[in-house]
Amino acid sequence: MKPLMRPYGDTLNDGKMQLSFTLPMEVGPKGEAVAKALCETMGVADATVVHSEALSEHFSFYILYGTLTHAVDSDAVEVRDIDTESMSKDDIEAYIDAHFDHPITFIGASTGTDAHTVGIDAIMNMKGFAGHYGLERYRHVKAINLGSQVDNETLLEEAIKHHADVILISQTVTQKDVHIHNLTAFIELLEAENRRDDFLLIIGGPRITHALAKELGYDAGFGPKKYAHDVASFAAQALVNKRSQSKR
Amino acid sequence: MKLTLDTHTIDACRRDARHIADAIKTELDPYSTVSVERTVLRMLGIDGVDAFDVPYVNVLVDHVKTHGDLRFGIAHHMAWAIARTTKTPQTIAKRVAEGAMSLGDYFEPTTPDYTVLTPFINQSFARIRTQRQHRETVLENHPAPSPEKYVIVATGNIHEDIDQALSAAARGADIIAVIRTTGQSLLDYVPYGATTEGFGGTYATQENFRLMREALDGYQRHHGRYVKLVNYASGLCMPEIAALGALERLDMMLNDSLYGIIFRDINMKRTLIDQAFSRVISGYAGITINTGEDNYLTTTDAFEHAHTVIASQFINERFAEHARMPATLMGLGHAYEIDPSVDNSFLYEIAQAQLSRQLFPDAPLKYMPPTKHMTGDIFKGTVQNALFNIACVTTKQQIHLLGMPTEAIHTPFMSDRALALANADYIYKAFKAFADSVDIKPGSLIEKRAHAVLDNARTLLDDIREEGLFVTLKKGTFAGVSRGENDGKGLGGVFKKHPLYTNPIMERMLAACEEDAS
Repeated sequence: MKPLMRPYGDTLNDGKMQLSFTLPMEVGPKGEAVAKALCETMGVADATVVHSEALSEHFSFYILYGTLTHAVDSDAVEVRDIDTESMSKDDIEAYIDAHFDHPITFIGASTGTDAHTVGIDAIMNMKGFAGHYGLERYRHVKAINLGSQVDNETLLEEAIKHHADVILISQTVTQKDVHIHNLTAFIELLEAENRRDDFLLIIGGPRITHALAKELGYDAGFGPKKYAHDVASFAAQALVNKRSQSKR
Repeated sequence: MKLTLDTHTIDACRRDARHIADAIKTELDPYSTVSVERTVLRMLGIDGVDAFDVPYVNVLVDHVKTHGDLRFGIAHHMAWAIARTTKTPQTIAKRVAEGAMSLGDYFEPTTPDYTVLTPFINQSFARIRTQRQHRETVLENHPAPSPEKYVIVATGNIHEDIDQALSAAARGADIIAVIRTTGQSLLDYVPYGATTEGFGGTYATQENFRLMREALDGYQRHHGRYVKLVNYASGLCMPEIAALGALERLDMMLNDSLYGIIFRDINMKRTLIDQAFSRVISGYAGITINTGEDNYLTTTDAFEHAHTVIASQFINERFAEHARMPATLMGLGHAYEIDPSVDNSFLYEIAQAQLSRQLFPDAPLKYMPPTKHMTGDIFKGTVQNALFNIACVTTKQQIHLLGMPTEAIHTPFMSDRALALANADYIYKAFKAFADSVDIKPGSLIEKRAHAVLDNARTLLDDIREEGLFVTLKKGTFAGVSRGENDGKGLGGVFKKHPLYTNPIMERMLAACEEDAS
């Protein structure tokens, strides 16, 4: 039997889903009908409006439950994820000890106009995040955090100056895809300067996935619930792989 | 609900903060900045941009750098030029921008007759006073509630912002903040006109201020309730934006003495000089400032660094006093940022919020919601915000910045804001008389925590007093970020004043504020 996947409410394959959204129209029977029709169009059958309210004269909010008529073959779905193993801080330090004769230098920044440092700080600063120490705390790691609103040119200059092995870029603001433009521009800059192969390039942020990172030409991408040890594990192993490839 | 606090420790904190801030004032009084000078020009009524979209006020200050002597101040140059040409400041600005006139031709290194500026200054001052009176009159008839529900709009397009703001107002928002586009703090000019392109926020321009004010005034005319408007007097144009806010009747301004230094890497002298003038303007205009201590806890641990917030609040208070600002305009900031996985996190938050409340009894404290520990789990986020709302209402905070369930995901959708407003309303009703019905047990965890934070704040303030604020900033005490005295953006815009330098705007505003106070 094929592993066909449908959402689960309280019975296998019941397809139950919850949806909530705002419509730019007055609240009322017409609005509810439009909300249900939208669900129908999405393949959500028998949608019930369980809650509706006016957000203003011209906007209304709906919560609906319905039954998804679609199913997905989970075997046919491909995932692009990091394929290196995630290690603990102690194991990473031992791994670097065994495989490198110099500390690994990470240089990181929140780039472009992005003023948010929360992501890059969570990975790089001593304290780390949610009980996971940041790279600054690691033995055999040199962590340089350039902070926020660093332009691409400055990041590259600093990376060259500090002989960085790994460049970490954090992007938090994603309105109108500003992060995509900025990340693409950095790759173009590296290629124009003939520097792409000098560094391992890693991006991170709440809307970043590994698949997106690969698509944009980066080596890896880390989204929510990824911590310094995930980044360091990947980086250390990828640097070793890269070295053995270039020797061949 | 009351904590028993040691008044000697509180007095010691204030004494230290006074020393710290007064030392900075003494050190920086001999300096001015290009943004201060541009603000003087705006207060002389100069508005508009040249053919290349460069604001006239930038054109004039840059012009004086090369064709005059900025050390004397822009007012000095304008006074000579007006006295000798009898043209208005606006005409002079246009002529200089067109290359048809040079201020250097009228400059003398002797004190000009400053009274030629008076009619133009009077006009700006009268407009600001009228705006202030209007606010006070409307608020007399419809007093602001407590707490006031504060939400943000951040679409990037001022017209879309207005739709979002009106919808939030309809759902009970008392305060609307228009978040600025990312990057504006580092622009050394104020963009011009209505704007529709911004990232994570909308450009702060005089026209955008006016449009949003007009929309919220329209709401007030229909519904009676005055909705306050907030923007950011921060970054490289801090005092200019304060001036524009005063002219267009903004009601609150984010305005921190250290935020730009720490989080935007703006030079500390530049920021501290600019904030001094911007606070004088806001004080004169009756604009409440919101300080930014909450941000410290986004980069450091809220539990371990709680005392840095208290210490900074004392310093911000003293800087506001330099601007003759009454305590009722000091929206000192703090935040609900303790890791939710910590045992008793809510009790520690109550301790911190109640401590701030009692240390600054007359200040309309600004309380920021959880951000650092918000996740994509919007359902858990709703509960985190509910706890934050309870802490807010039970410790009687004033400016209640509502948390969004989608904080970690995107700038708020219209529905996120409505859910947040409903959450707050429910909790206000449910906890209405709570604070007046319970006591904090002496020797309890909450009280012990408050004492520890206050003691640590005092030790920190002692240290800062000893070493000086510039050294503290270098050490990275606040938010774990280190900044050097001569590093950062905007240092090139700082200059030493000539003995004949005068800033007539600052002098008149301070005199007026002193008159108000007496």
